Parts: sequence; structure tokens; C-alpha cells
Amino acid sequence: MNRHVLNLVLARLMIAVITLLIVSFTVFAATVLLPGDVVEVLLGQAATPEAVAGLRAAMHLDDPAIWRFIQWLGGIFTGDFGISYANNMPVADLIGPRLANSLKLAGITTLVSVPVALTLGITAAMWRGSWFDRSVTILSIGIVSVPEFMVATSAVLVFAVYLKWLPALSFANEIHTFGQLLRVYAMPVITLSFVISAQMIRMTRAAVIDTLNTPYVEMALLKGASRKRLVLKHALPNALGPIVNAVALSLSYLLGGVIIVETIFNYPGVAKLMVDAVSTRDLPLIQTCAMLFCIVYLFLITTADIIAILSNPRLR
Amino acid sequence: MTNLVEIRDLKIEAKSDAGRIIEIIRGVSFDIAEGEIVALIGESGSGKTTIALSLMGYARSGCRISGGSVTLAGKDMVTLSERARAKVRGTEVSYVPQSAAAAFNPAQTIMEQVIEITRIHDLMPPAQAEARAVDLFKALSLPNAETIGSRYPHQVSGGQLQRLSAAMALIADPKLVIFDEPTTALDVTTQIEVLRAFKSVMKKSAIAGIYVSHDLAVVAQIADRIVVLKGGEIQEIGTTEQILKAPAHAYTRELLAAFEPKHYARPLAETVASPKPPLLEVLDITAGYGPIQVDGLPLMKALKSVSFRLEAGRNLGVIGESGCGKSTLARVIAGILPQAKGDIIFDGRQMAQTAAARQKEELRKLQMVFQFADTALNPSKSIGDILGRPLSFYHGMNARAREARIGQLLDMVRLPSTVRHRRAAELSGGQKQRVNLARALAADPKLILCDEITSALDTVVAAAILDLLKELQRELGLSYMFISHDLSTVRAICDEVIVMYQGEKVEDMPTGLDQGPQHPYSKLLFSSVPKLDPGWLDGLEQDPELVRAFAKR
Repeated sequence: MNRHVLNLVLARLMIAVITLLIVSFTVFAATVLLPGDVVEVLLGQAATPEAVAGLRAAMHLDDPAIWRFIQWLGGIFTGDFGISYANNMPVADLIGPRLANSLKLAGITTLVSVPVALTLGITAAMWRGSWFDRSVTILSIGIVSVPEFMVATSAVLVFAVYLKWLPALSFANEIHTFGQLLRVYAMPVITLSFVISAQMIRMTRAAVIDTLNTPYVEMALLKGASRKRLVLKHALPNALGPIVNAVALSLSYLLGGVIIVETIFNYPGVAKLMVDAVSTRDLPLIQTCAMLFCIVYLFLITTADIIAILSNPRLR
Repeated sequence: MTNLVEIRDLKIEAKSDAGRIIEIIRGVSFDIAEGEIVALIGESGSGKTTIALSLMGYARSGCRISGGSVTLAGKDMVTLSERARAKVRGTEVSYVPQSAAAAFNPAQTIMEQVIEITRIHDLMPPAQAEARAVDLFKALSLPNAETIGSRYPHQVSGGQLQRLSAAMALIADPKLVIFDEPTTALDVTTQIEVLRAFKSVMKKSAIAGIYVSHDLAVVAQIADRIVVLKGGEIQEIGTTEQILKAPAHAYTRELLAAFEPKHYARPLAETVASPKPPLLEVLDITAGYGPIQVDGLPLMKALKSVSFRLEAGRNLGVIGESGCGKSTLARVIAGILPQAKGDIIFDGRQMAQTAAARQKEELRKLQMVFQFADTALNPSKSIGDILGRPLSFYHGMNARAREARIGQLLDMVRLPSTVRHRRAAELSGGQKQRVNLARALAADPKLILCDEITSALDTVVAAAILDLLKELQRELGLSYMFISHDLSTVRAICDEVIVMYQGEKVEDMPTGLDQGPQHPYSKLLFSSVPKLDPGWLDGLEQDPELVRAFAKR
């Protein structure tokens, strides 16, 4: 590790911070532009104009947008995410338990899908053109083409309705034993793993095949190296950059993109919270959720980039 | 005498993209004795590398050994199982690749890769292997032998990597080493040192070798016997002495003839009737890449104050090694890279810095032909479309006139008229380069910049392209600026020569190459070009001061 790498990594972190600022501005602008008015939603159609104006003033909605943006941004940096319009609770309290649920689901899905996907991708590349490679390819393309609500509802139909092995709904707070955890998480995790694994398998396979075609791998073969050694010692270290990027992109889906799965399994996660917030015009909640998704996304992508930088001796 | 290698009636098939099966090696047989170095020589596609790799029981993807036997020290590599072949690779037969820069894994240190064979085959403890590697580094006269192994491949030069790849091949004391064009990618001044190192190591340890090359002069320095190949068949086998002095086969004679082209340079008076302003005058050009510094010049200067002039109807050769700025010079003249300083006066007019700012007529008179015809021709357009484009752009021709002119152009470059309906991928390398040239001719230029246009071609094909260039010059009164690293190509076509080194013009040779170099770098460069004389390398003495100063070893 030297100064050069440190500079590269710092530059990458700087870019992430700047991106976050730009996104925060966009998120705020977009939510302000949303059609509909929270005050009218709250007071209902029978509200008198005086009551509407009074509540607007009380909620500081008449202040200039830029002033509200600065206040909001300052709040975020000090940990104050504002008060939910819809039920008058601090946004942090609303999101807290939901975020924990979402992270739990995302974490378990990651632990299941990443090792499986990488193993399948790498082995498919090792035996390229074999029946194994072909069936992995057909399966992953097949799975990625089936929409996730289809997978999820079929799973519910088969495992919950006919076989009655698993509960149809996931009440995440009811878990006391490991067995319960397995039963509750099995279906959402399998559905999500299906969705995100396909891309990881395809990208890993392509990246490993790319490096297997290089002259240095041929050279290692002509030194008498086994297939395992060719892949693990020579191809994989050089394919790490594209692979971690593919993994990061797939995982970034696990927080914001899981609304369908959360709805079908009635799982109390952040994505569902955000959709509910949109329907009630609850601006502080929407903004905080959007920022949260963006932070997780940036965190994953930046981590992938930093791993790619560190794994490349030309940059090290 | 026992033979280490016996190849009998070897046949190798390849599957084309269309699924057709083509026999690329058609019944080849030859032997290699213990300690003997045999060269396989031929043009691209002659199957020389394919034969060499079959000695390791290996065929590249899409290829298959379909018949015959390759016996190495009593084992037939063709019938051996993959596991048994892997045992032989690296221990009994090893490989020195064409481009060491690509054959080293960028993610591992050099030492790790040099001693990898001993790890794979579990031959000796790592410490002992490393000590052995350092000894080999010394024998191959590598600098900093003790520490060079801890570096990564991108941290050492191309010539050093090539010698390191030889160390990698020799680490387990193989009986046979395959050298696959190991010096082709190197500059000539670097090549000498690498060749010397290979030769002395091979002599000392009495290892047998196969040396694959297209360059007869290089092969003459190192091989005991030469096998001449063409189209997957052996044309002639003989001792080096016999092949060079008394070639029996017509094809061998053709190869030898292409090696020594006639000297072309014409005296100035013969070609330029009266003193006129020159066709091209380059005045004090400085250009480069990277951010502009306070003095208004770029950070990396590829050209430093280069000036020269070229009279109409004459040919200028620009020679130098990789990184000397010769291609940048062509790019600046063509307006692809704007210069930071200096002027270009072409046909009596000052040229704008960028091609976009030049007038159409100025662009028309100055055309450029690029090194790789493959990448310079649009693969999705027919040859007719490619040639038609400059005709309508520069001359505003209608469809009928265009068709007629395309026919003439193809005739000029000696291609059949039916080629116009084909795409570039369906043509051979030489044909593509002819199309590339025809596209430049379509503009009716006065000057053509030729950037290494023959270096991707085989010698015989390249010689034909050079003849074509000369013929076109006689008919059309063109001038060429001919950029090359190859002295014999420049000798074959140029009247005047300039020598470049690290962005500077170090020597002007107004009467061609035969006047003899004066500048120390030119002397070193000229003396480094291998000659068709087996004793050349051993007899060559170069001033070590010069070598230290100029060669990038």
C-alpha cells in the first residue's frame, strides 16, 4: 500500500460523497415536485381554506424550497431526519426497525446467493461448453426471465398452500428459534436469490472465461498446471474487478428493489414503507428512504471499486 | 545418434468458424537430436507454431491433432492422457512465448511465476528454486538478478521480460525448449542482447531447442538446422549453412530474395528537375500528450523540435525504434494530433493544426495509410463502399462515375474487380493492405503517409506491396513518407532517410541508407540488424558505451 493507492482510494471516496450531495438535491427537488398536497390529504376534502393555510404554516410548508432543503440536509447530517407528516412520529423511529428487518433479509440472501452464484459461475467457466455449463446457462437465463412475483406466488402456492411446509406470510418479529428463522425466511430468501443470482452467475462466468483466454493462462497450462490451478491462481485474481462489481450491482437491488417480494410475503421492510409513504405524501419519510437506498448503493459500488483497485498490482 | 524428438507424419485439423474442417498441418516429419537447435521458419499461417506446440501435446482451441505421432524421449505426446501430458510440460519440454509481456500474469510477482513449474511438479523446495532462478537470471545477464524476481511484470522492460520467460522455461532443466518467435516483439537493439543470452544458456547446458521464427537472419544466428514450412508442409530441411548458401527449394530462394531488397535511393537531380519549393516542409515541430505545462508544451513530449523537408516525387524514410515518435510525426502531419509548436507547410500552404480546420482540398492531397489494415477498414462495409466514400467526398462523383473509378483503383493495386462486393474479413492480409492503399489513392493525393504499412505482413507479401508502391509512384508521380522500424524496407523504397530517437531527429541521410550512419545512435541501430550470416552475432562487437547510452535493455 503506498501513497498512489491511497490517493486513488481517497479520490474514489470523494466522488461518492459528491454523488451523494447531488442525489440529495435531486431527491429533495423530486419530492417537492410530487403532485398532490400533504395538507389536503391530511385534512380531507371537507377542510376549510383557513384550516389548510394554518396547517401549512405550522408545517413550514410556505418557506422557500431552498431554505427547507438546507434545513433538511443539516438535519440528516446531525441524525435528525424530521417528523413524519402522516403519523407525527420521528422518521428515524419509523425507519429504524424496518431497516433492521430489511438488512436482515438482505444479509441472509447475500450469504446464501453470493457463494452459490460465484461457485456456479466459476465452475461453468472451467468446464465451458460442457453439459454442466449449458444447464447452468439455461437455468440462469430462465430464472432471470421469469418475473419475481411469479416466482414468489408460485412458491407460496406450492410450499404454503399445497404442501403446508412453510408459512405464507413472514412476520419477522416472531422468531425465537433457529428453526423458526429458517421457516420464515426460506421463501423470501429463495425468491430474492433467484432474482439476483442469475446476473452474478453470468457476469462471473464471462469474466473468468475472458481471463482464461489470455496468453498467461495458456502459459500456465504449458507449465503443466492443472485446471484448478489455472482458474484459482491465474484467472480468478485477474477477474476479481469485474466480479466484485457484478456482485455489488446485484446486491444493491436487495434494499430498494424488493418491494414486490416484501408485499407478497407481507414482510415489514423499508421498500414497503417507502411505497406507503408515497401514497400519503409523507415527504420526510420518502426523502429519508430515497437517501438510504442511495447511500447503500454508493457504499456497495465504492467498496467494489476499492477492491478492484487494491487487487490490481499495476495500481498498487 | 539418438533422436530426442521424432515427429512422424503429423496431421493437425482446425475447425473454421463456419464449421468446416481444414487440415492445417499435412503430414510433417522431422527429428531433433539431443542438444540440437532446430528452427521452424515460414510465413504466418504456415503452421510453425502449431507444430511446435504439438511437442507439448497441446493444440490451441479449435485445433486437433488428427494423425501421426510426436515422440519426445520415448513418449508419444499424441496418445498420452491429459494428466500424463501435464506431467511432461515444464519438466521435459518447456515453452518460451512470443510476447512475454502477455504471457506473464499481471497479478503475480515474477519470481512466483518463474518457479511455478517447480511448485506444480513438486520438484524442489521453494528456497532452492529461488536460488536456482537467481542463478539463471545471472546467466541470462539480467540486471539486479537478486531482486528482479520480487517485481511485478509491468515493472520491467520487454527485453528483460523475454529473458525472464526463458528463465521460467529453464528452471526445471527440460530436455527441450520451444522458442516461439521470442524476439519478434522486441526492438533490434534489444533483440541482440536477448539472442546472445539465449544462445549462451542453451550452449552451456546442451539443451535441445525448437526455434520458431519468420526471420531467417535471426534463425541463422542460433539454429543448427532449419525446417522451411509453407501451408502446413515441409518445403526443405537442411543445415543452416546449406539453407542460406545453397537453397534447394524455390520457396526458400524466394524467402532469401525477399530478405535483401535492392537499394532504391535515386540521386536528387534525377527526380527533381528544377529547384522548386518542397512538397512538404516540417519546421521545428514539438508535440506530445498529457496536460499542457506552463511553457505551453505538453507533459509527455513525443516530438522535440523536428524539422525536415521533402521534395515532390521523392520518398522519405523515417526510421527508429518503438517510442521514438515516428508515428506521432505522421499523426501531426495528418492533423490527427495538433502540434504544440512549429509549422507544417504542404504544397506551398501553411496547414492548420487539426484536420477539421483544414480545407477539403488540402486534406485530399495528403493521405495516410495505417499499419493494421484489419482495423482501418470498416468490417461491415463492402470494399466498393469503402473506396466509394472518398470518391464522393473529395470528387463529388455520381454512382456511375464511382463504379468506373473503383474498377480503375482496384486495377491499380492489382486486385480483381470482383473484390468490390466483398468485405474486408474475406480478404488476406496483403489484399487488405492493397485496399487500404487504394482508399488513399482514391483521393488523388500528392503525398501518402505510410505508417509501418508492411510490418504486419509476411516478407514475400511485403516485398510485393513495396514493388506496387514504386510502380504507382512512376505512374502517378506520388511522394511517400515511409515510417518503419525495419531498415531493409526503408532501403527498398526511400531516397532520403531520417533517423529518430526519443522524439528527436538524430540524423539526416539525404542520399539514402547507403551513405553510412554518422550519429552514434544510428551506428548502434544499423549494426544491430541481424545479417544472413551464421557468424554475425558471435563476431559482432558493439561499443558498450553506446549500448548503455541508447539501448533500452
